[in-house]
Amino acid sequence: MRLGGSKTRLFLMTSIFLGPCILIIALFWISPVFSTVFLSFTDMSLRRPEWHFVGLRNYEYIGKHPFITKVAINTAIYVSATLAWNVLVGLFLSLLSFYVDDRSSLLFRALWLLPRASPPVVYGLLWLWVLDSSEYGLLNQLIMPITKKPIPWLVDYAMPAIIIINGFIGASFSLIVFSSALKAIPPDYIMAARVDGASELRIIKDIILPLMKWPILFVTAWQTLSLLASYEYILIVTDGGPFYDTEVWSLFAYHQAFKHLELGFGAALAMVLVIVALIIVLIQMKVFKFRRMITPVKIEHT
Amino acid sequence: MSRRVEIKVKRSIAYYKVKKVLVKAVIYGTLTAFTLPIVIMYAWLFMQSVSEKVLLGFIPSNFTIKGWRFLWQSIKFGEVILPPIWPIVLNSLIIAGGVTIIEISIALLAGYALSRLNVPYREPLLLLIIALHAFPGITLLIAIFYLLNSLGLINTLLSVIIAKAALEIPMGTWLIKGFFDAVPWDIEAAALVDGCSRLKAWYKVVLPIVKPGIAAIAIFAFLAGWNEFIFAFTFILDHRLYPLSVHVYQLIGEFRYIDYTLLAATALFYCIPPLVFFVITQKAFMKVALVGVRGA
Repeated sequence: MRLGGSKTRLFLMTSIFLGPCILIIALFWISPVFSTVFLSFTDMSLRRPEWHFVGLRNYEYIGKHPFITKVAINTAIYVSATLAWNVLVGLFLSLLSFYVDDRSSLLFRALWLLPRASPPVVYGLLWLWVLDSSEYGLLNQLIMPITKKPIPWLVDYAMPAIIIINGFIGASFSLIVFSSALKAIPPDYIMAARVDGASELRIIKDIILPLMKWPILFVTAWQTLSLLASYEYILIVTDGGPFYDTEVWSLFAYHQAFKHLELGFGAALAMVLVIVALIIVLIQMKVFKFRRMITPVKIEHT
Repeated sequence: MSRRVEIKVKRSIAYYKVKKVLVKAVIYGTLTAFTLPIVIMYAWLFMQSVSEKVLLGFIPSNFTIKGWRFLWQSIKFGEVILPPIWPIVLNSLIIAGGVTIIEISIALLAGYALSRLNVPYREPLLLLIIALHAFPGITLLIAIFYLLNSLGLINTLLSVIIAKAALEIPMGTWLIKGFFDAVPWDIEAAALVDGCSRLKAWYKVVLPIVKPGIAAIAIFAFLAGWNEFIFAFTFILDHRLYPLSVHVYQLIGEFRYIDYTLLAATALFYCIPPLVFFVITQKAFMKVALVGVRGA
């Protein structure tokens, strides 16, 4: 459909709608991002805060660091497992709560929001109590009748623990996004299919899921980036231990920058992470056929 | 009609009813099973907040409401006196509310443009916006400090609000774009034919349909503001402007090994405002007016 409209009007409309967003992004993102890039080519430390350029030395040092392979493997396991849990559990629970009455559904979603709404340190402390290695830890109290002796969860199963701990926070993100997306589906579509005698599973597969492509892509890509950059809860619960078992890339960068005070090296580690993150997201876009999701504009009226 | 047919019909109705109840039971059961760990942990936190001793099991020992005394008096510990809680809560509410309003307004405008207007470079713009998220917030801290300082905003609540909103806007924009995509074009076209301007059509016709999307952005924006710690800790120097997140941090620093009861109570109290905000916005926004969606 074409309802008229000129180039000037389009420009005006674009400025009204997009202007504030571009302005605030330019202001708050561009210079910080560039300074991080520059920082990664210096050997700046908190002891010697000067812009002294050292070329690619930080990047060469990353390759030579004795633990870097372990850190990279940890990151891959942590991110892929938590991502899968977050997206799948969130999708599963949002579909289930779509089929219960509004009040119960709201109650479940509110309960899932609790971990995200708590002070991170307190959430971490709660898990430290659940996974406590003594016989007083909650999980140990539950399994002691069977195993007869307490299990040091955060030593023997450190990585799975970290994945679950982050999973209970991350899944609430997808749960809320997917629940909103489900509510936004015009009910007519689903009613019509029911009248035609389609089973609920068919309705989910053929009507609901295709309409949720954008939210699913959004959550997957967004959480990939969030997880790659996140270290807060790992820092609180295991601080990368035992023996680098849960040291992921962003936590490693944090340790280098703020524990060993090597800002330049920390920035270089962050830059590598950013580049890897962008490559992964571009691959996800290809898989999801991102280009086809940018629907052509059907109304040119401005 | 024979009796046999009648019985058969009755039986199949009964079978259908039983099946329906069973399916419901399985759905509720699964939801409950997944949610149980959260319920147990927070029930324990509550027990701790009314128990004088550190709880090892589940039953509170020596019931007390001393943990909740921060609601009506200042907490003293030796030389340290923590400020009264209510002004701190107000600071947090201002930050969370400010972030929510700024983020929703800007994201709704930008998301609409990226979904519905023939903006040049739509695809690269969307990719750029998500690419920003790859930069960990902490690496941006120093540069943002310089920026806010040159804007003369350091030591104001506004500094935290703007910086946090700026970092959250990419997410809001991406998320809401998908909701705009799902709005049938016919509805908007009809409004335009009726003589609405594009701005008016956006406001009057399209926004009511994307309400569930607004609910999602609203709670994430509110939580981002409510939970923000590092910006508040870095940009605000005046202790009277500290929000609750910084207060909890100080509490843990001072009392972690001393008053578990107080910490548990404060932590639970901390969760309440976001939950209330969540319930209110979900109730208000999760129902889409069906008028107009018809004929999509």
